[in-house]
Amino acid sequence: MPPEAVTEHWGSEDARKQAAYLGMWVFIATEVLLFAALFTAYGVYRSVYPEAFRAAQLTMEVGLGTLNTFLLVTSSILVALGVHAVRGNRPGLGGALLLSAALLGVVFLAVKGVEYAHHVKEGGLPGDAYRFTEVPRVGASLFFTLYYLLTGVHALHVTVGVGVLTVLGVRSAAGTFSAAYATPVELGGMYWHLVDVVWLFVYPILYLS
Amino acid sequence: MSPPAAESYLSDGRTLWSWLTTHDHKRIGVMFLVLTLFFFFLGGLFALALRIELLTPGRTVMGHLAYNRMFTLHGVTMVWLFMIPAIPSAFGNFLVPLMIGARDVAFPRLNLASVYLYVLGASVALWGMFEGGADTGWTFYTPYSTTTGTAVLPVLVGVFIIGFSTIVTGLNFIATVHTLRAPGLTWMKLPLFVWAIYGTSIIQVLATPVLGMVLALVALERVVGAGIFDPARGGDPLLFQHLFWFYSHPAVYIMVLPSMGVISEAVSAFSRKNAFSYRMIVYSTLGIAFVGFFTWGHHMFASGQSTFGSGAFGAMSMLVAIFTAIKIFSWLGTLYRGSIAIESPLLYTLGFMFFLFFGGMIGVAYATTSLNLHWHDTYSVVAHFHFIMVGATVMAFLAALHYWFPKMFGRCFPAKLANGAAVLIIFGFIATFVPQFLLGNLGMPRRYADYPPHFQSLHVASTAGASLLAFGFLAIAGYLAWSLRHGALAGDNPWGSEGFEWRSASPPPTHNFSTPPQYPTGPHEYSREEVPHAA
Ligand code: HEM
Ligand SMILES: [Cu+2]
Repeated sequence: MPPEAVTEHWGSEDARKQAAYLGMWVFIATEVLLFAALFTAYGVYRSVYPEAFRAAQLTMEVGLGTLNTFLLVTSSILVALGVHAVRGNRPGLGGALLLSAALLGVVFLAVKGVEYAHHVKEGGLPGDAYRFTEVPRVGASLFFTLYYLLTGVHALHVTVGVGVLTVLGVRSAAGTFSAAYATPVELGGMYWHLVDVVWLFVYPILYLS
Repeated sequence: MSPPAAESYLSDGRTLWSWLTTHDHKRIGVMFLVLTLFFFFLGGLFALALRIELLTPGRTVMGHLAYNRMFTLHGVTMVWLFMIPAIPSAFGNFLVPLMIGARDVAFPRLNLASVYLYVLGASVALWGMFEGGADTGWTFYTPYSTTTGTAVLPVLVGVFIIGFSTIVTGLNFIATVHTLRAPGLTWMKLPLFVWAIYGTSIIQVLATPVLGMVLALVALERVVGAGIFDPARGGDPLLFQHLFWFYSHPAVYIMVLPSMGVISEAVSAFSRKNAFSYRMIVYSTLGIAFVGFFTWGHHMFASGQSTFGSGAFGAMSMLVAIFTAIKIFSWLGTLYRGSIAIESPLLYTLGFMFFLFFGGMIGVAYATTSLNLHWHDTYSVVAHFHFIMVGATVMAFLAALHYWFPKMFGRCFPAKLANGAAVLIIFGFIATFVPQFLLGNLGMPRRYADYPPHFQSLHVASTAGASLLAFGFLAIAGYLAWSLRHGALAGDNPWGSEGFEWRSASPPPTHNFSTPPQYPTGPHEYSREEVPHAA
């Protein structure tokens, strides 16, 4: 149950929930605009260097990217089921689902790490460090810079999300949440869906051509 | 007349710790007030240093690099540490919950976090100053900002952190206004200041993330040579300008919209009349918030963007002027035939209207491509944005400070002194910036430490004006500090205002209201005579 003093400030748990939801939506809007700046940069440079971008895209490991897409979508489904379970007064099951989603997030990060390692070995590094001979430097080095930025900022969000889901999962399993008080779980779920949706834009523009 | 009883928010815990850990929006507002005033003072010192250097041609007191660092520091402190947070974070925090009959903001802990983010960001930026300071100007234009050897990085990181503070504050206000209005307080009964803060918050949460990302990109470019904005690496410096102004043009409305809110309140209170065409003010607030996002290209007429782009951005810019004009007409309509009380907040209000009108008209002229090419990057741009930002934001800030001082601290200040200072300040501004319009028109470029001798008389005039200003501010600081302890007790509503915030005691108790406030009437209702109309 939420602490007394807090509910008093609100008058009712419903009003509190409404504010929490609104706050989360506004936060999501700010996140979308954060990525929007990167997507804009990507769009601009893609139109300036179409060939270099296409050539650089062909060197991406589509298999790993697809695997990651699959992992994130699955975890998003698990989170949705987890929220549903908590709302249906089964916090134990909900906790288990949230924790398994967090686990998939960790696997996602591991796959990303493997990918980064490959790029580093080949010399597909950002900016000054670019050593990749397969694709011409001008344009392609910008592609790689944007690749690291987009996936890096996204991975940062995944990391935060894994933390959030873990805390929520553990607390849910411990019985903190219930049908009467599921707001934190719902908000955590919204955040994870955001992370998923952003990836669904990052994936096609970086890996598929 | 009740003396400030022990139950006021000021006496609820007197230790420093009780302030540093408070969740009370009023204390957070007061903390922001102190912090922003401090940075206003610091920014003012930098400004005086600049004006002194410009007193004579050639080297006066500092070299060119020191001058460049000085105007960067001045811009950064004034824009990010004073003008953007001053009214929303200080007065908004204090007043919005009081005005809508709430006990606090929606997320009090986040609110406290925004103070600490602000302090952290400010410290990082200032630390950069001790590391030598940046010399890029507050706009951080690439490719210079990515290649200069000065301490740009800490300033970028500092501003980035302050951006988070802004976002958190904005998010909090949006949630507060949506969910914590007292029963019966509908949207069309919201005080105009609340509307202004609400509109500002929308801009803050939508624009600031883009700024954050751009600053992060510049930082990255400096650290790993990312190449996004560097033509030598295939990047495009214009992309920086687009993204930067996508934020920073709306940011000028982050500075001016809250000011307009203050002015709407003060005009009603000191002419004892309902706000004239309340709805038009509300719609124009939202209109400005919206159109402000589509005008950024008017900063880039001289950058080589397409003629079509320039035309479109010029036309969109003029729309903003129309919305602003609606507000000016409505304030004049409110003043017209009101029973006007000449108090210091009203003097600042009149100053505000003059500066906004004059500076805005010149803005319209700048939005005309052909004229812009003559004035771009000259002192007349400096004069334009000082008229409108400093003239408007600082005027409104001072109006707010004087109008709500009794509310916040339960004391009055010496009215005659305050009126004198207000007149001094308004004339100081005019004397400082009118010569700068003339300088710019004659061709004096901005951001230069040196100039040919024939510009000197105008520079001397401008520096003289700046000294008047400095005296005015010192006077204000003096009598307000004195009044904190020795001012006459104010009573709950010394101005006899109908603003909702005056329905609680002055200074308010910790949870704002001893009895839940009722809202049978709209805001700013002075003339309550029933107008006969057909049933
Ligand atoms: C209402 C509040 C306003 C504020 C606070 C404001 C603020 C500013 C600032 C800060 C700059 C200088 C940016 C820099 O450092 O380069 C500027 C430039 C400019 N403003 Fe405004 N402005 C306002 C209104 C307007 C309006 C209504 C218009 C047009 C209709 C306008 C048109 C321009 C143009 C075209 C420039 C660029 C001048 C140049 O660099 O050549 N402004 N303004
Ligand atoms: Cu602008």
